[in-house]
Amino acid sequence: MKDDATAPADRSAGLKGLGCSRKRVEDVRFTQGRGNYVDDIKLKGMLSGDFVRSPYAHARVVSVDKDAALAVPGVLAVLTAQDLEPLGLHWMPTLAGDRQMVLADGKVLFQGQEVAFVVATDRYAAADGVAAVEVEYEELPVVTDPFRALDPDAPVLREDLEGKTEGAHGARRHHNHIFTWEAGDREATEAVLGEAEVVAEEMIHYHRTHPMPLETCGCVASMDKVTGKLTVWGTFQAPHAVRTVASLISGIAEHNIRIVSPDIGGGFGNKVGVYPGYVCSIVASIVTGRPVKWVESRMDNLMSTAFARDYWMKGRIAATKDGKITGLRCHVTADHGGFDACADPTKFPAGFMNICTGSYDIPVAYLEVDGVYTNKAPGGVAYRCSFRVTEAAYFIERMIEVLAIKLGMDAAELRRINFIRADQFPYQSALGWEYDSGDYHRAWDKALEAVGYDALRAEQAQRLEDFRAGKTRKLIGIGLTHFTEIVGAGPVKNCDILGLGMFDSCEIRIHPTGSAIARLGTISQGQGHATTFAQIIASEIGIPADDITLEEGDTDTAPYGLGTYGSRSTPVAGAATAMAARKIRAKAQMIAAYLLEVHDDDVEFDIDRFAVKGAPERFKTMKEIAFAAYNQAIPGIEPGLEAVSYYDPPNMTYPFGAYICVMEIDVDTGDHDIRSFYALDDCGTRINPMIIEGQVHGGATEGYAIAMGQEIAYDAMGNHKTATLMDFFVPTSWETPHYTTDFTVTPSPHHPIGAKGVGESPNVGSVPCFSNAVHDAFRPFGLVHSHMPHDQWRVWKIAHDLGLHG
Amino acid sequence: MIPAGFEYHRPADLAAAIGILQQHGDEARVVAGGHSLIPMMKLRMAELGHLVDLRDIGELRGIGIAGGTAEIGAMTTQHELIGHGGLASALPVLREAALQIADPQVRYLGTIGGNVANGDPGNDMPAVMQCLGARFRLCGPEGEREVAARDFYEAAFFTARAEEEILSRILIPLPPEGTGQAYVKQKRKIGDYATAAAAVIAGRDSASVAMTNLSDTPVWSAEAGAALAAGHVEGCVEAMLAAIDPQEDMRGPIPFKKHVAAVVLRRAIGAALARRA
Repeated sequence: MKDDATAPADRSAGLKGLGCSRKRVEDVRFTQGRGNYVDDIKLKGMLSGDFVRSPYAHARVVSVDKDAALAVPGVLAVLTAQDLEPLGLHWMPTLAGDRQMVLADGKVLFQGQEVAFVVATDRYAAADGVAAVEVEYEELPVVTDPFRALDPDAPVLREDLEGKTEGAHGARRHHNHIFTWEAGDREATEAVLGEAEVVAEEMIHYHRTHPMPLETCGCVASMDKVTGKLTVWGTFQAPHAVRTVASLISGIAEHNIRIVSPDIGGGFGNKVGVYPGYVCSIVASIVTGRPVKWVESRMDNLMSTAFARDYWMKGRIAATKDGKITGLRCHVTADHGGFDACADPTKFPAGFMNICTGSYDIPVAYLEVDGVYTNKAPGGVAYRCSFRVTEAAYFIERMIEVLAIKLGMDAAELRRINFIRADQFPYQSALGWEYDSGDYHRAWDKALEAVGYDALRAEQAQRLEDFRAGKTRKLIGIGLTHFTEIVGAGPVKNCDILGLGMFDSCEIRIHPTGSAIARLGTISQGQGHATTFAQIIASEIGIPADDITLEEGDTDTAPYGLGTYGSRSTPVAGAATAMAARKIRAKAQMIAAYLLEVHDDDVEFDIDRFAVKGAPERFKTMKEIAFAAYNQAIPGIEPGLEAVSYYDPPNMTYPFGAYICVMEIDVDTGDHDIRSFYALDDCGTRINPMIIEGQVHGGATEGYAIAMGQEIAYDAMGNHKTATLMDFFVPTSWETPHYTTDFTVTPSPHHPIGAKGVGESPNVGSVPCFSNAVHDAFRPFGLVHSHMPHDQWRVWKIAHDLGLHG
Repeated sequence: MIPAGFEYHRPADLAAAIGILQQHGDEARVVAGGHSLIPMMKLRMAELGHLVDLRDIGELRGIGIAGGTAEIGAMTTQHELIGHGGLASALPVLREAALQIADPQVRYLGTIGGNVANGDPGNDMPAVMQCLGARFRLCGPEGEREVAARDFYEAAFFTARAEEEILSRILIPLPPEGTGQAYVKQKRKIGDYATAAAAVIAGRDSASVAMTNLSDTPVWSAEAGAALAAGHVEGCVEAMLAAIDPQEDMRGPIPFKKHVAAVVLRRAIGAALARRA
């Protein structure tokens, strides 16, 4: 084939490689209802499992009477902690080095905790069985306030840890204390704060919320007693890690466990952890010899599987009178609920909270985090963010605003004079990170100009005047945020989960006719991996993205990797993809040179072919090379054309962005209207601009929800008050703001294609942006800080407390 | 979210439906659109042996306007109500309120009869019906009777309807030409119940005012209406604030709800007066 008449630009466009807004190949099945989710899996003889859950937040389990449940037609078994104990499975390790009850072992620690597992022939019988189990409880005093939990006389929540003064992350100084984690220089920071011209101080709560993927968590466990092989289909964001951990816990050899993540309807961190439902389904399948399915209801999901945030962050920030920040201190009281089930790299019990110096050149800083047990559900996962990075970004972006108030400065200018300059990268932060790249001033100036910042401030001032004159009851708030993320965990030297190094992988096989299949250690939950990773390969080796199949999620076929969360897929598995592709390209070069009868060094890669240097009409296309790789005996070269790469990144990547929100607030109703939201993201090299835009829209919408109403709330008795979508705010298209997206490109210097990851930036950046807009509206009346979420009554209360209701 | 077992009935006429209710007593419940009852069944907060689906009963359908009265079959969906031209011109407040109920998918199934008969204080139509002075026709073993909307609601989920009765039609007297009508609702999001909502009709020398989700029943206040008829907006608001009894929930504490109730009511009055011919 000689298609040399085709112009290089057309050949390049035909690949649909990097930079192409290629339509998502996944959407054909998703938009036609042809996805294959866990609950779509139906196996012969499959049983259904469902949980008896605790109605109390803290209680002793006096007795569990199974008899009535076992009499329900269709109910085959009722499992309790006593049944799991002989297997050593009544407790399980958490990802954070703690342990968690699989089923209530003598007591319950949060409302909704799993007490017994009913196994039945169908889901209806299982639910009837659940209703028939009789549990006798003896209520215990409840602690929902993490500060109260550390009182000397607070009730002991974790009796299993009584007397243990050493936890997974160092000393425990109280029976409800989990760990203290520090970063930075305490003494130097205190010294700076003591001598500073200006110090601003604030307590900032990032409230408890929940990732709430559209698809809840679930699995189907099937133990084949003939082959001895256990297969588990589940909503797993890290299938290989689940396999290894399952093998270590159960004693089943790892080759006899197959974990499959089918299509996943959103994860957002909720599907990283290991839940009692998985363990109970596996045990039930082993016991009954039949497949067992467990799928959460919406209420189960909101009440029991991993929550996010719940950080009380006490900040002190020091500056000169003209606004140069000189130091930052942060103390966090972290409410972890009844068990520490955070999903963080092992050495980071507070995640990457030490990115809390943000985008600013802060010479000295100190961070201290205290983890605390309360009578709430466990979790603390990274809800569409890298580990605790949203908390960090919210903290610093609020502290900047608080400092601006104290200084009487414009918050945009305060940011500008404190940004890390482009010439300072790679930048060593006071709390221990090496920022790989950035150009914050360029992004900031572009953003301010795009929204017409000065004109907006003038309009806001006019509105304020009209408000004071009684001409309007609506205020304007302008929310500013410049965030820096830290994603792509990560270098194995400092990032592992339960000892599993956080590299990732890609294996590519080129077929003889020049199409390909690639498999990765990650798993898409809606991110569009099958679309974007094919684009990386297309650009690297010149095979059209449309000719590349992408598979993830089956541990029997995919190479080992640590999964998808923390925006790590592109930084880590994306890099592995490029590196595997480059191995193939290197072999293709040798084959091309042989076919063209020249030396290896005399051919060069040109979009979709290798051509002889200086003689571009002499070339071999990748299709020709692939065919020759399999079907022509080439001296010194093995047949075939495939490669695998396991990539351990040298550093994290540091995407950043500048977001600006304009909000109108009705002071009488507390209601708001998002007039505009501008989001500039710099995620390095842009693989698929359409997917980036979609990620920004989705992440900013989740951020909008969190800032403006979404919360997991408990009353003083530990009753969960937001377990349905009536009270747990998920925006519909009606509430969702309109977004304007923009970008700059600062490639990552250490990533093979310069990409940084983007899926989580919009959540990290938008939450402080929306919140700052609310605060900004009330700044002229003396508001310094008010806790999220900014739902109607809380905004109304701000206005009320400021005397704006007359 | 899995209901307990129940028998499903789908009678073809009203008499058969009433017969099933007679046969099973408080074991049986009728279902219209199901948006309230079915979630309660899934939560096992409503457990019943017999579910009587009214969707096949033609007698419960149809909208007619004649002789100064609008007559709406109980199984009329919110969607049908919104799309009815005659109602839109004679009783625009019905359309305005219906458009603020949930989302289109809910309104395709949700019915006006279910909305008013369930006795849920969060539902929007009961206050609208009280404001308009509607009457509910109930059919039971003893025949038909009519109850005024203003007498129908006793407490949350308790109404004047007897267990063996079915709401068949809603009769609404058409307000005099030129009457301004408005329904203003504050909610947190699409699909939410009202934080506070107000239905107002205002004529030249008459007015009626009712509010939603601020007590365990809809609140219609004769004093509030009289004050507004006399031109005293603040007197109307004051009378209504004395009549409501909001409870704290995730929408907010009581002082907030009272404040918003007054704001919403003033806005509804403003809209109704602006629309008055």
